[in-house]
Amino acid sequence: MIPELGHFALILAAMLAIAQSILPLWGAQRGDTRLMGSAAPLAVAGFIAITISFAALIWAYVTNDMTVVNVVANSHSAKPMLFKVTGVWGNHEGSLILWVAVLAGCSAAVAAFGAALPSALQARVQAVMGMILLGFLAFIIFTSNPFERIWPPPPDGQGLNPLLQDIGLAIHPPLLYVGYVGYAVTFAFAVAALIEGRVDAAWGRWVRPWSLAAWAFLTMGISIGSWWAYYELGWGGYWFWDPVENASLLPWLAGTALLHSAIVVEKREALKIWTVLLALMAFTLSLLGAFLVRSGVLNSVHSFASDPARGLFILGLLGIYVTGAFALFAWRAPSMAPAGVFAPISREGGIVLNNLLLCSITAVVLVGTLYPLFLDLLTGQMISVGPPFFNAATAPLALPLVMGMAVGPMLAWKRANLWPVLQRLWWVACMALLAFILTLTFAGWHVLSALGFACAFWLICGAAADIADRAGVGRTSLRNALNRARHLPRAAWGAAIAHAGMGVTILGVAGMGLAVEKLVAVPPGGSTQFAGYEWRLEGVRDFIGPNFTARKATITVLRDGRVVHVMEPSKRYFPTGRMTTTEASIRTSVAGDLYAVLGEERANEAGVNEAVLRLHNNPLAPWIWIGAGIMALGAAFSLSDRRIRIAAPARRRKDAEAEASA
Amino acid sequence: MSEVAKAGPKPSRRKLLVYAPLGVAAAAGLGFWAMLRGLQDGSFNPRGVPSALLGKPPPDFALPALESSGLPALASTDFRGMPGPVVVNFWASWCPPCIIEHPHLMALQRQGVPVWGVNYKDRARDAQAFLTRHGNPYARLGVDKPGRVAIDWGVYGVPETYILDRNGIIRWRFAGAITPELMAQDIQPLIRRLSAR
Amino acid sequence: MKIFLMPSDAGRAHRRAWLRRVFPSLGHKFRLAAPAALRPDLGGGFWLLALLLLLSAPAFAQIGDTTYRLRDPEQETRAREIGKELRCLVCQNQSIEDSDAPLARDLRRIVREQVELGASNELVIRFVHERYGDFVLLRPPFRWSTLLLWATPALALLGGIFAIWRSRRQANTTGIGPLELTEAERKRLAILQGDQKA
Repeated sequence: MIPELGHFALILAAMLAIAQSILPLWGAQRGDTRLMGSAAPLAVAGFIAITISFAALIWAYVTNDMTVVNVVANSHSAKPMLFKVTGVWGNHEGSLILWVAVLAGCSAAVAAFGAALPSALQARVQAVMGMILLGFLAFIIFTSNPFERIWPPPPDGQGLNPLLQDIGLAIHPPLLYVGYVGYAVTFAFAVAALIEGRVDAAWGRWVRPWSLAAWAFLTMGISIGSWWAYYELGWGGYWFWDPVENASLLPWLAGTALLHSAIVVEKREALKIWTVLLALMAFTLSLLGAFLVRSGVLNSVHSFASDPARGLFILGLLGIYVTGAFALFAWRAPSMAPAGVFAPISREGGIVLNNLLLCSITAVVLVGTLYPLFLDLLTGQMISVGPPFFNAATAPLALPLVMGMAVGPMLAWKRANLWPVLQRLWWVACMALLAFILTLTFAGWHVLSALGFACAFWLICGAAADIADRAGVGRTSLRNALNRARHLPRAAWGAAIAHAGMGVTILGVAGMGLAVEKLVAVPPGGSTQFAGYEWRLEGVRDFIGPNFTARKATITVLRDGRVVHVMEPSKRYFPTGRMTTTEASIRTSVAGDLYAVLGEERANEAGVNEAVLRLHNNPLAPWIWIGAGIMALGAAFSLSDRRIRIAAPARRRKDAEAEASA
Repeated sequence: MSEVAKAGPKPSRRKLLVYAPLGVAAAAGLGFWAMLRGLQDGSFNPRGVPSALLGKPPPDFALPALESSGLPALASTDFRGMPGPVVVNFWASWCPPCIIEHPHLMALQRQGVPVWGVNYKDRARDAQAFLTRHGNPYARLGVDKPGRVAIDWGVYGVPETYILDRNGIIRWRFAGAITPELMAQDIQPLIRRLSAR
Repeated sequence: MKIFLMPSDAGRAHRRAWLRRVFPSLGHKFRLAAPAALRPDLGGGFWLLALLLLLSAPAFAQIGDTTYRLRDPEQETRAREIGKELRCLVCQNQSIEDSDAPLARDLRRIVREQVELGASNELVIRFVHERYGDFVLLRPPFRWSTLLLWATPALALLGGIFAIWRSRRQANTTGIGPLELTEAERKRLAILQGDQKA
């Protein structure tokens, strides 16, 4: 009964989406207030319907309803409850329900928080979101329906890939989807603006919080995915430029450019065409990612079970939305009035440079990911494009970007003098140089890592320099400056925190460049020296888990004879999936990670039982993900700044006060 | 309301720039459509790895025989001066798809096509047991226990099957178990074509 | 074949003979260094287990027999650099250094043996490339067919700069919004204002 309710709610939502696509748009074209006003209620109603549908699916999973095909294929009664729930979105159909649920949620949020939006804009935005919702709901209902039934019900489900029974992998999709779908909102805003034929400062002000929110979630989603790969897959790496990883990175890159571009539109009414194009691109790249992962054209360990027929449907959706939007862009963009003029050296100029470099990196990653596919299609040659290419091609673009990140926020709007800004940054440059030299001296001749450390310090100290400059350090007394710093607009703090967060991530990446590894076979009771510690294998024993059996090794880590850590890597065997996974044991500290993986056990030539251990020392590894968290925190700070969320004129007085005291 | 004096010095060039995203998207869309069609009919396979040795002779090697089978050993010199095409099959007793494709190899042998085998990373008695149980289509059989010769051939898993012409040039390679469709659509026509000349 | 596997001198001699057959130039050119670690004899059961794991979870197979590491740290580093350039063919998107598939292990062994003998990075990579084709290279080869790929960073940058330049010329010539006055216009304005005052 409940699955039928869910199914019905889904179809109801599709009907509402049809109404949402047509009525408000018609109303906006005709100026009919009532029709335009129908947008918000429709959006909220659609959200309620999809929530009911999603809840019904979760219910089916939680109650082990084996009459639902989706539950049979992806769940098992022996799974822990947490993973039953998170398993709802661990498959193709369920993840699409999550997608439309988030989309409907964003639509409802635009309705709820956009009370101050001009009604025509609200109506058009909701109409576009309705169209996107309709497309995906149609895709679900006609090709990927999770509510299909099976009778008689099989005794139990076929379980889920044990790799997916993991908290990191469980929260990674929802965060990513909020990011991808958040860009649907900016897409809708861009299309609405193109239909209207007007992009102005008010539009910029509406787009900025949405692009910030989407960016924050996408950052968290990508970083948790990378962290999961690090601790789960057991090879000590965290990014392989795998096509599916790239598919999530592409909207992030475009979204970062969008974020900065929207600021310029809001403040200076310049870069309109570029911002609209970026808003269109960010969502296009999200959709492209969804297509690549689900269609089967990609060669990747991440792909969902693929089906070319479904791929055709998604391609069709992509075709409608993307070509429609770009055609609209080609028609309307030339008529958008460029307003603000600015000198090349200025804050706007810095953001233009930022856009240029980010878009170039996006192009490189896009071409690198798709090139093997198209080359195979056109010529039949199969090549691989892997980390050596991506690292070599993006590094020369990333370096000037990082250098600009510290300089840009300190430039004035419209026209700035570069030299005074550089003078204010001299101590930052010294810190970076010092980091470079110290790394080379103490860690050996690792030039790339040294460069990474230099970049990290450049960014972190640069962010500090930015805050210090705004607070007036050096121009007034320290107490005055501290007071001013406390009252700086949150958006300024947000930007500095986010840039510093990027620096922290680069610090972690540079540290990982110095990682060392040792592969050794050790008998129980034996020990080995690594990374300044003595690693003693106490023994390997059997272990039973909720739905697996395991061999668990106990390793005591000693320094100078004192026990410092006990690590327990294991290998788990899942009878339902007939899979074996390795669980690495990671000991995290401020300085880095100690990482131990248990390999095979066998008898050596003397007949003694040995266990193969792979030990890693990953300096500064946790900072990679902490840095991403800091970036999201910066975005949250910016979002909490009332100025950018509310367009009330009263803000001008508050601003004036803040600036007067600055 | 701000008006715009239309375009700058070269209006046509300006238009080109705004049509660029549309053009790129349309071209990419066409490409993806072609890929999906190719996936459905089998002409596009993103997971298949083409052999680097197509059109070339096999690498120099000399493998020992499987004594218990009584079959002669296999070496690269054997490929010269053959009267017709030769099928070379890499297999192992621990490989389930090898069992599945075995009847097709037996069928080829009954047809009179020379089927030569390379036993990959296997134990002698397991290999012999496999042949005894499932039949022995091989006229020659080499044993590659360390797997080095297979690496020279560019083998990356078992089973893999190669077809060489009478001059000893590799003409076709398939990684995976032979299916009836493959026999009908690829193998049989190719053998007919290579035998004809 | 058994001799080939053994860590003894005879085994080493067999392995070198095989390598010399493959690399005719290597034998007399390079001084053969002292050999490195031992390779334990592996039974069929091990490979069966490995294949089962390979079939079920290609990217997550167990670690084993990878205690073969070169003693000289510089050579080992070089071998790892080479390994990072080669793709593991049986698992999706891993290099042979990261993967534990049997084929990856074999290729790692071969890479280390050749590095031990003194082969350069290019030679070793070419060795594997000749056998497995372009697909095994994680760094795409420089060829006419990959020209567009390698040119992308430069093209994207140049394209972007071109677009910016065009749009700035656009903005300057269409004259919308707050304008900068030219020198002549400023003089004229001053005259007009001066006239008004007078």
